Amino acid sequence: MGLSKRIIPCLDVDNGRVVKGVRFVDIRDAGDPVEIARRYDEQGADEITFLDITASSDNRQTMVHVVEAMAEQVFIPLTVGGGIRQVEDVRRMLVAGADKVAINTAAVANPQLVQEASGHFGSQCIVVAIDAKQVTDGKAQRWEVFTHGGRRATGIDAVAWALKMTEYGAGEILLTSMDRDGTRDGFDLALVRAVCDAVSIPVIASGGVGNLDHLADGVLLGHADAVLAASIFHFGEYTVGDAKRRMAERGIEVRL
Amino acid sequence: MNTIAVIDYGMGNLRSVCKALEHVAPRARVMLTSDSDALVRADRVVFPGQGAIGGCIAELDRLSLRAAILQVMDTKPFLGICLGLQALFDRSEEGGGTDGLGVLPGRVSLFPREQMREPGDNRALKVPHMGWNQVCQVAAHPLWRGIAQGARFYFVHSYYAEAANRGQVMAVTEYGIRFTSAAGRENIFAVQFHPEKSQQAGLRLLENFVSWDGSA
Repeated sequence: MGLSKRIIPCLDVDNGRVVKGVRFVDIRDAGDPVEIARRYDEQGADEITFLDITASSDNRQTMVHVVEAMAEQVFIPLTVGGGIRQVEDVRRMLVAGADKVAINTAAVANPQLVQEASGHFGSQCIVVAIDAKQVTDGKAQRWEVFTHGGRRATGIDAVAWALKMTEYGAGEILLTSMDRDGTRDGFDLALVRAVCDAVSIPVIASGGVGNLDHLADGVLLGHADAVLAASIFHFGEYTVGDAKRRMAERGIEVRL
Repeated sequence: MNTIAVIDYGMGNLRSVCKALEHVAPRARVMLTSDSDALVRADRVVFPGQGAIGGCIAELDRLSLRAAILQVMDTKPFLGICLGLQALFDRSEEGGGTDGLGVLPGRVSLFPREQMREPGDNRALKVPHMGWNQVCQVAAHPLWRGIAQGARFYFVHSYYAEAANRGQVMAVTEYGIRFTSAAGRENIFAVQFHPEKSQQAGLRLLENFVSWDGSA
């Protein structure tokens, strides 16, 4: 017995409301991120991730209030990502009650931000989010880092980038396959495994989960330390408890 | 009124600690403070922490809190969390070597990643040790009341403590190696994990602390 593998439901938050539709049977307000997080907490989620997809910076303050409300009611770790551009943004989210802050586009634009933020606040609260897409490169399988929500190619190799970010002080990697995101075909296991085996820090696999076995595959075949999913939980198809029981059946240590 | 002082030295996510204490003790006064007098006046004290130990000790000294902390540790129910456990020992190897407060004999070291393997696999374990792990209670204590043996708590740390005095080890946890996940003596109790982030088990521990009279 030892450290369990984590299951992390992820919520997209736009101007303080959950988007992409979350539908629980008996929830009063399906758009309230704190209420939904509370539900996942009751189901046994190991952590919660909020991704702020708010476009205007005026509305970012709303996210701070959401995080504050979450910290008052839900006593499991919370990661907040989206729109983190400078050390001050990291500080704001931590002070509001986030435990970890995910940095994506800004890390590519300014890798020193990761160094600075982990230097100030400790590696444990700095997550580097990587959006990767497979590229054809002769015979070798390779993945490239994309930014701006997957719209902009960077030419950077995803495995090399994960290693560099580890060196810069990241405490964890949140790895999303752009090829699989939204497909429900399962994780890009080759990508997950390539990154997980390369770096010394924990990796969260993301993108493509369509059923519970996909989650178990992420751990057993991809070597992921944690698995993140959105839609399979949002629509009430499966609970976090279902996911944990399936993982346990497949021999994975989980917190039940 | 029960006054709980949470030591504020500008590091870590202190809001969560305060909110969790307010949740379990709605009638208590929870106060985030960096004022020595307030610490000395409080009924009980929580010493949270995250980040690097060198910065932690330097901040405590910059705010002239060391004497007050040592004073309250003599008498009041005292709870250290994460870095608040590590800082109680003699010395940590973090940052090229840093002296702790020396309240408990023992030392703090970096996880020897290359010697730690996934169960049933040859892959090296990840550092930081991040996530929910089992806490094996090795001594009876009022703070364990109502918490199952082997219950899981949330950890996030790269350095681990080893108490030199076996009688002061309150719990151990396995992650590649076995380390001290809770330690204490008399009115002092300290944990490596984050009770404020450990759902029911964590809230129960905080509830136990809030009603603890400081005797073991």
